[in-house]
Amino acid sequence: MSDAPPSEPSSPGAGASAGRPDEDFFARGPETGGELAGLVAETSEGGQELRRRKATGAGELRREVGAVLRLPEGHVVDPSDIDVERSDDETMIINMGPQHPSTHGVLRLMLELDGETVLRTKPVIGYLHTGMEKTGEELTYVQGATNVTRMDYLSPLHNELVFSLAAEALLGVEVPERAVWIRMLMAELNRVSSHLMWMATNGMDLGSTSMMIYGFREREMVLAFFEKTTGLRMNHNYIRPGGVAADLPDGWEDDVTVICDTVLPRLDEYDELLTGQPLFRQRTESIGKISAEEALALSVTGPILRSTGIPWDLRRAMPYLHYDQVDFDVVVGTYGDNFDRYSIRLNELRESIRIIRQVVERMPTGDYRLQDKKVTPPPRARIDESMEALIHHFKVFTEGFKVPEGEVYVAIESPRGELGCYLVSDGSSKPYRMHIRGPSFVNLQSLPVMMRGGLIADAVAVCSSVDPVMGEVDR
Amino acid sequence: MTAAEVNVAGGSSSRVPGRPHQEVAFVARDVYVGAVEAYRGAGFEMCADLCAVDYLLLGDRHVAEGVVPERFEVVVNLLSLSQRRRVRVRVQVPESDPSIPTLFDVYPGVEAMEREAFDLFGIVFDGHPDLTRILMPEDWEGHPLRKDYGVGRVPVQFKEAPGPR
Repeated sequence: MSDAPPSEPSSPGAGASAGRPDEDFFARGPETGGELAGLVAETSEGGQELRRRKATGAGELRREVGAVLRLPEGHVVDPSDIDVERSDDETMIINMGPQHPSTHGVLRLMLELDGETVLRTKPVIGYLHTGMEKTGEELTYVQGATNVTRMDYLSPLHNELVFSLAAEALLGVEVPERAVWIRMLMAELNRVSSHLMWMATNGMDLGSTSMMIYGFREREMVLAFFEKTTGLRMNHNYIRPGGVAADLPDGWEDDVTVICDTVLPRLDEYDELLTGQPLFRQRTESIGKISAEEALALSVTGPILRSTGIPWDLRRAMPYLHYDQVDFDVVVGTYGDNFDRYSIRLNELRESIRIIRQVVERMPTGDYRLQDKKVTPPPRARIDESMEALIHHFKVFTEGFKVPEGEVYVAIESPRGELGCYLVSDGSSKPYRMHIRGPSFVNLQSLPVMMRGGLIADAVAVCSSVDPVMGEVDR
Repeated sequence: MTAAEVNVAGGSSSRVPGRPHQEVAFVARDVYVGAVEAYRGAGFEMCADLCAVDYLLLGDRHVAEGVVPERFEVVVNLLSLSQRRRVRVRVQVPESDPSIPTLFDVYPGVEAMEREAFDLFGIVFDGHPDLTRILMPEDWEGHPLRKDYGVGRVPVQFKEAPGPR
């Protein structure tokens, strides 16, 4: 129980939201009435910002200092060690973002500094909130994939995949074999492009401009293949409930093989450029450490969880699609620091390419989408000759298809961690509630833990190693 | 209370033919934290997800035997890494008193998720250390994911028209 229940209008710091609070406000502290009461009434929800120590309740401060990660008291640090009485004159609260280039979007980090040391961190998010979960309730299941694909814009196909899997679970249909393998191929290619993008931006954040150019160069090849297959470089709307939107283009095996053959040796070049470089290692090793217990408690998934040594990858642990039929290794780290997260992503690229090669070999022939006219539109050629086909085509794209009542939670391993979709259907053609569990949103909670006690110069590196995509954080 | 008792007492898991099996437990609000603690003791190391649903428009919906459906529902997805198992805890929250105890002391990772549910549904999580809006601006009025939230109520702004606020 915190000292000030948030439901009460007297919760501290509620004033911080109304315009720019002056220094007097902080000096007065939260307990004064009068003018402050007016501020509180206007913004009864309380402030989102990191506040000065004087204006923060003792209980909240203890939690924040013990772990801005807000672990329960005592979980991380002995509360008696915490200098609650520390004067605000010795520390400084600064904003990093929301326009800071290394926050990968519009993430705002409020840092409390003592000199160059970070004492507390608080991520402030919501600058990119566009109400996509609300929008999802207004779109049919046919249109839904267009909406979710814009959430995590670096791995759009994973978003479409999890939405389609959830819708298919509610429908109780099984997609054809070829569609499953196409989905695996595209998902792994997307993992490659997403991790390459991360290698690029991470290199940039640490001062390696060459890495940025290289990463974008390789990613371009994957995006060119996506454009050839889906028509778009990003936000493809390719994976839809019932299968995929189109078959793979002629000669796709060659394209994919070229991508694999090019990216794989380039990964060795990255190794030479970064992995062995003393400067790079000094900036990553034992920086931004997190323990397995902390990661589990904070619901952190993906490369951050694996960097602590826990071999948790949904592709292996709870296989979906046909991941149980391909060979790949789950890459884990030991120390949970920036370097482990870097090596995990670098080696996951290799594993993804390994999976892609197996998919190319084993791709079956057949339909690329379900031939159920109640779920998927009929082939274009049938529309010219069959009235019934035309009607079904019209129905699918105007009304959509009805999905039986129920609720389902489906999770897949996106490049950033567990990407979940919770769908509630009321039996109509639109989801009654669509909730996306974005891995970036949850992983951001680990930032204060990783940054505590570190240098502000490393804050950029730590933030980068979390790999947040703000489109997914804010949805 | 052990997890097994929870399953007997308030839990039920239903299997729908043709759909993947998903474990669902309905838990009453007053035993909610204890039940989740029992699950944690039974090996569910992680709270993967927490979200809310507003069932305003679905009055006569189907829930398990002995559970009275309420307007709001808080859905907690627990994950056991050791058993490779998920369980979904569904808690009914009445419209008259939209509050529920926080899970923060069991799973600190729900901090942001509970703030999100509070922000978008107005469900108050008692005991949460910092229950503020997380996605919407601090001075936003209303809770957008509620079904009775007026979408598109803000008029289109033509040049001469006064602003919405």
